[in-house]
Amino acid sequence: MLPRDLKPGQFTGYPPEARKIVTNYLATLQQLPLSFVPSLLRELIDYDFKFPAERMAREKELARLSSLSGEELKTWFEGFAQIRLSPQLEEFDWIKAPAQFVERLSAHLWSTHQLDAFRKASNDYADRLRSAVPPERPSIPRLGIAVIGQGVALYDQPLFRRLRAHGAYFSGIKPENGMRQLLDAVAARAKAHPDPYAHWYIDGGEELDHAASLTCVSYKSLEPARAVLLHKMQSEIDRPGMGPEALRTLLAQMRPADLGMDRETTGKPRDEVLERFEVSLLTEGSGTQIFSTSFAQWAAREALRRAQSLTLLVRFAPRQRQKPMNELLSWAPARQEFDFIGSLVDADMGAYYNWLNQQRLPGAEQSSFLVWFEGHNQALAIGPSIPRGTESTSPADLEQVLAWTV
Amino acid sequence: MGSTLLRSSWARAAALPSRKKVVIVTFGGGARDQETFALEGQENIPHLMREFIPQATFFTQVVNRGILGHYVATASLATGVYETFNNFAAVAPQSPTVFEYFRKDLKRPSSDAWVVAPSNGFNRIGESSHRSYGAGLGARVILPKRLLTAATSGRRNDYQHLLRDNYETPYFAPELAGSEFELQQLEMILKLSVDDFKNHAQTLSSPDELSLYIARQLMRQVAPSLLWITMHDIDIAHAGAFSLYIDGIRRTDRLCSDLWKTIQSEPEYAGKTTLFILPDFGRDSDEDAGGNGFQHHRTGDALSRTTWMLVAGPGIREGVVFDRAVDSTDLVPTLGSMLGFVPSLAQGKPINELL
Repeated sequence: MLPRDLKPGQFTGYPPEARKIVTNYLATLQQLPLSFVPSLLRELIDYDFKFPAERMAREKELARLSSLSGEELKTWFEGFAQIRLSPQLEEFDWIKAPAQFVERLSAHLWSTHQLDAFRKASNDYADRLRSAVPPERPSIPRLGIAVIGQGVALYDQPLFRRLRAHGAYFSGIKPENGMRQLLDAVAARAKAHPDPYAHWYIDGGEELDHAASLTCVSYKSLEPARAVLLHKMQSEIDRPGMGPEALRTLLAQMRPADLGMDRETTGKPRDEVLERFEVSLLTEGSGTQIFSTSFAQWAAREALRRAQSLTLLVRFAPRQRQKPMNELLSWAPARQEFDFIGSLVDADMGAYYNWLNQQRLPGAEQSSFLVWFEGHNQALAIGPSIPRGTESTSPADLEQVLAWTV
Repeated sequence: MGSTLLRSSWARAAALPSRKKVVIVTFGGGARDQETFALEGQENIPHLMREFIPQATFFTQVVNRGILGHYVATASLATGVYETFNNFAAVAPQSPTVFEYFRKDLKRPSSDAWVVAPSNGFNRIGESSHRSYGAGLGARVILPKRLLTAATSGRRNDYQHLLRDNYETPYFAPELAGSEFELQQLEMILKLSVDDFKNHAQTLSSPDELSLYIARQLMRQVAPSLLWITMHDIDIAHAGAFSLYIDGIRRTDRLCSDLWKTIQSEPEYAGKTTLFILPDFGRDSDEDAGGNGFQHHRTGDALSRTTWMLVAGPGIREGVVFDRAVDSTDLVPTLGSMLGFVPSLAQGKPINELL
């Protein structure tokens, strides 16, 4: 099956909005190479459950492609057209299962030494698209906040080392009511610019009271879903013949109902876009099911990449301690323990990744970022008005630092 | 009776005339330059920096152009050919391994080439499926985590989670199919009772420490001329916890130092052993939006493909650094030139700076 043979009737299994957009642009899809189309369908098949920013980006992409002449399309997709595919890939039902096709394509690219060519084709395409359809600029400058080190009483190693050159280090922060000040600040932004899924609060532990206008995801609230998922994973791993690829395919097919997250099960009024997002954090992220620091970092990355959040407050929490082998062999009763210092180190790196991911979005030059060692007097701020590589020992609370930064 | 015969057979192998020996250590599951030899990473490898660098030849760019999965990449290192099999399948390398060239060309017994690898996925690494080599010509393979699982069988506890392989996913333990080292051979070959083994394991903090323990026992009891140790603790990075990744690097650094001390103190190894230390590859760059930094090695970007190699031992130039790029597949031809065998099917070239 090749893209030129695509027909509207083949998409009846797609959700309604996805079916509509695919059939609207079918004539364009028919002209594109097989090494590219399933990747696009992988995005489109979940169109009904995508964030507004993702929907807009896909619509603009397809509209632009449909405006190109046949010759222009050939030029745009020259790199993809040169990728050699196997008969098995051509025969695969990539319309029904585009994500699985992409996984197999990835293995094929590695084993046939075509990964570099595919990377180049992808980068060239992204560059062309960015130049033809400039990404939407944010309605207000973005703000990212990371709160790290919850529960750590004392830490004498330098923090924020990867970020210091980009902003100002504060060592006189007054920590009282710090979290409240940050939550109030992000709530004020959400109130002033009430776009859907634009203002996020991610907590690696139990969420604090927060404004309803914030999109909130927390590790604690997903505990029942994580337990169900880990149980399912364990059962699958114990099955003969199960391997990482099969497990990944299985996880990719999971839906909120499979993890007891759907409305019928929980009785809570929730939205399916967010539920699907939460499922993806647990099924596509690695380590997100067992380490809260991995969860918080990955959730932030995905909120930035997919929802293109305007405001993102991420509070890292202590993760469970990884027990050394000798303790595990001692047969002592299992009990939950936390690794506070390790979690601080994880979160320090996670904060750096949050900043990097924010800087990949449009409007990066106007974006601001704040990271605070929770309960302590250290913070670092980055923003257009903040001098780089500087230090301040003056007393200030987080509200003041935010006012200087944003 | 069988035990006595085996003992004498292994003892004969160990008593072969003194010859040059080589130990290869893959530095545990992929590490980036910025957490190792780059300026900001050197604090994580104090032993490599202070003890090894002054007496070693160091290559700053070792490029892996193959598949960046641990088993297939290690197999590529061991064959000198970029293997293309499924990383997660329990299959043998398609091209002859260094162990087969070594044993066939130099007519060495099976006791003279060994692999110690913590991960179950590596159980076929010792011997290829190549029809001119393969069956009976490869290395013996010990999987210490597998041994520990067998030694503690019947007692299900959450330690099994730790004993699982964590490459690519923290949960996966592939099925074994191969001639892995059997539990009962612990006593015959390594002179270790199952109880001693279990008791000692309880004093160790990680699977790589267990691997070093087994490797030392092997060096004392069998003294193979070609020993390959695959470290793997660092690959906990896939779970996304940066502190655990760094802990893994620091532990591997310490274990390399311990191994070097063993080499220098064991009569069968002292003064005639060359040690190679190299990661199988790097990890994804922080700058590549397609990845998630240190966590994985999926993008195939330059940082994930480029790593380093450190070589120390008699005849190796000390305190020398080479910045020219060498290839992962150059390892086997280099070993061939050092030990006197011809890896005729390997793709790489001998590294002249080591010869």
